Amino acid sequence: MLDSDTTQVQAWRQAREELGTADASRVAEILDERARATRRSILRMISKAGQGHVGGDLSVTDILTTLFSAVLNIDPENPTLAARDRFILSKGHCSAALYSTLAHTGFFSPEELSTFMEPLSALNGHPNRNKVPGVETNTGPLGHGMPVGVGAAIAAKLTTSGSRVFVVLGDGEMQEGSNWEALMAGAHHKLDNLTIVVDRNRLQQGARTEDTNGLDPLDDKLASFGWEVREIDGHNYSQLLDAFAGSTSGRPVAVIANTIKGKGVSFIEDRVEWHHKVPSADQTRLALEELA
Amino acid sequence: MTIASTVADAPVFDNRVAFADELITLARTDARIVAVCNDSVGSSNLTAFRDEFPDRLINVGIAEQDMVGVGAGLANAGMIPFVCAAAPFLTGRSLEQIKADVAYSQLPVILCGMSPGMAYGELGPTHHSVEDLSWLRALPGLDIVVPADSLQTRQAVRSAVADPRPTFIRVGRHKVPTVSPDDSVLTRGVFPVLRRGTDATIVATGTLVSRALAAASTLEAQGLSVRVLNAAYIAPFDTKAIEAAARETGAIITAEEANISGGLGAAVASIVSQLEDGARVPLRILGLTEFAPTGSTDFLLDYFGLTADHLVAATVGALERA
Repeated sequence: MLDSDTTQVQAWRQAREELGTADASRVAEILDERARATRRSILRMISKAGQGHVGGDLSVTDILTTLFSAVLNIDPENPTLAARDRFILSKGHCSAALYSTLAHTGFFSPEELSTFMEPLSALNGHPNRNKVPGVETNTGPLGHGMPVGVGAAIAAKLTTSGSRVFVVLGDGEMQEGSNWEALMAGAHHKLDNLTIVVDRNRLQQGARTEDTNGLDPLDDKLASFGWEVREIDGHNYSQLLDAFAGSTSGRPVAVIANTIKGKGVSFIEDRVEWHHKVPSADQTRLALEELA
Repeated sequence: MTIASTVADAPVFDNRVAFADELITLARTDARIVAVCNDSVGSSNLTAFRDEFPDRLINVGIAEQDMVGVGAGLANAGMIPFVCAAAPFLTGRSLEQIKADVAYSQLPVILCGMSPGMAYGELGPTHHSVEDLSWLRALPGLDIVVPADSLQTRQAVRSAVADPRPTFIRVGRHKVPTVSPDDSVLTRGVFPVLRRGTDATIVATGTLVSRALAAASTLEAQGLSVRVLNAAYIAPFDTKAIEAAARETGAIITAEEANISGGLGAAVASIVSQLEDGARVPLRILGLTEFAPTGSTDFLLDYFGLTADHLVAATVGALERA
C-alpha cells in the first residue's frame, strides 16, 4: 500500500481551506489550476507508459478535481476512516485520471505516477484498492461501481455514519444492465446519500453512444427510475459544485455531466480515435503546452 | 476425536435450517451482520431473519449482479454481509462481481450458495449448481467452504463472522445426516479425517461425505481399511492431507456433487500427479460429466454414480489397478 505524501496533503488542505471561503471566480481559478496539473500528469503518464485511455481521462478530470478538492469528506492521511465519504470510479479504465487526482490530493507521492503500468507498479491499468489508498473497490469491467455504491450507501444509513457515496460512470457504461439493477435499488431504498455522476462525453470506444446503443433521453430514463436528475456542464466548476450538493428530494441524485472527451487538448477533443490512442512525443509536448 | 460410525439409518437435516438459525443467533449480538438476497427470502430460509431484523435484510429483487455488488459495498463500509441466493444464479449470474468486487477487491463478503449441486433435481441443469466449485476455485483469495452437515454449517457461519474474509459457503438443501463428531472443529483449509484407513482413501465433499462413510463401512466388511476425508474446504485446499493419503494408502477416490472439470477431483489430481514416483497412486474421480437428465436429486446422484455402492465399486476397481 502506498503512503501519503505530506507536501501534497498540505497543499491540498490549503486549497481546501481557501475554496471554503473564496468567491466563485477564485474557486474556479483554484480548481482550474488543480485540474490543469492533473491533466498534465495524465498526459505524461500515458505518454511514458505507452498505454492508457486519454480521452475519458480528460473528460472526467474536472469532475474528479471538484470532488476531491472541494466536496469529499476524506483525509488522505487516514484513508480508511470509517465515516469517510466513498468515491468509486466505476469507469476504471480512466485510472490515470484517478491516480493523478489521488496523488495531487496527497494519498501518495506524485513521483509514483511515473511508474504507471510499469512491471509490479501499484498503479495498474485499472485501480486496485489493496495497493492504492483512496481506491474503494477494484473496477475495470464496466457496470460494477454503482451496485457497490448502493451497498455502501445502505451501510451508511444502517450505521448512521453520515457518509456520502459518489460513483462516477462513463456514459457508454450505462449500457450495462447491472447499472439499471442498481438504479432501481438506489431509488427503492431512498438513498439520498448517494450521488452518481455520468460522464456524458457521448463517445465510447468504437463510435458515438447514440450511434451504438443510444442512451437518450438519459435524463428522462434516470428520472423515471426515481432519481433526482441534475444535468450540467461537466467542465463548469460552479455547476459541478452545485450538482454535488446533497439531495433535496429524499431521493438519490443522478448528475448528467455533459463533457467533451479529450477536454483541454484541441487535437484530442471529441475524436473517437482518442479513446485509447497514445500521443507521440511531439503530440505530448503540444498537449502540455496547451495545458500549461 | 471420536470416529463417526456408519450413518445409513441416521436422521437427516436440511443445512439451510442450521444456517439461518446460527445467523440469527449471531446477528443478535453483532450489528455488523446483514443479509442480502435476490427475492429468495423463502428459498434462502431468511424469513425468520427478516422478521427479527427487518432493516438488516436487504432484498435487492431479482438482480444478482447488483446483489453481489451491494454486498461488496456493505463490506466496504464495515458490515459482514451474508449474500444469499440459489447457488446457480449467485455464482453464474454474478461471477464477474464475485471475481472483481469480492475476491480481487478482498472485501469480506460471505456468499451463501443455497441449494447447490442437484438439489433442484427435476428443475434441471439451469437450476443445478454443479459448476460453482470449478468456477470459484479459479479465483485467488476466495475461500470455498462445503459443510457436510448441520454442525459444519453452523461452524462455517461462525467462522465467517469471527474472521471475515471473501468466502463462498455451499449451503445444502438435500438432507444429509450428521457426519461430524460432536467435538469436532472446522479449521480453515483442513479436511477432517472422519475415518482412519490404510488401504485406500475416499475424499468426499458435501452430500457425498455420508455416502463415503457408508462405503467405507461396506469395504471394511470386505476386509479393506478405507480412510475418509471430509473436504470441507475446496479453497484453501488441504494439500497435506492429500499428499499423506497418496503416500500412506493405495488409491484415492474423490466424490463431489459437481462437474468433474475443475472441482474437488481435479484439485486432488493436480496434487497427486506432481508427487514423486510411488506416491502417484491410482485415482477415481466421481462427479458429473454432462448436463443432468430429468430426475429427482436422489435419482440423479445414482445416475452419476454418486452413491455408496458406486464408491465401493470405484474403490475396489482402483485398488485392483494398483
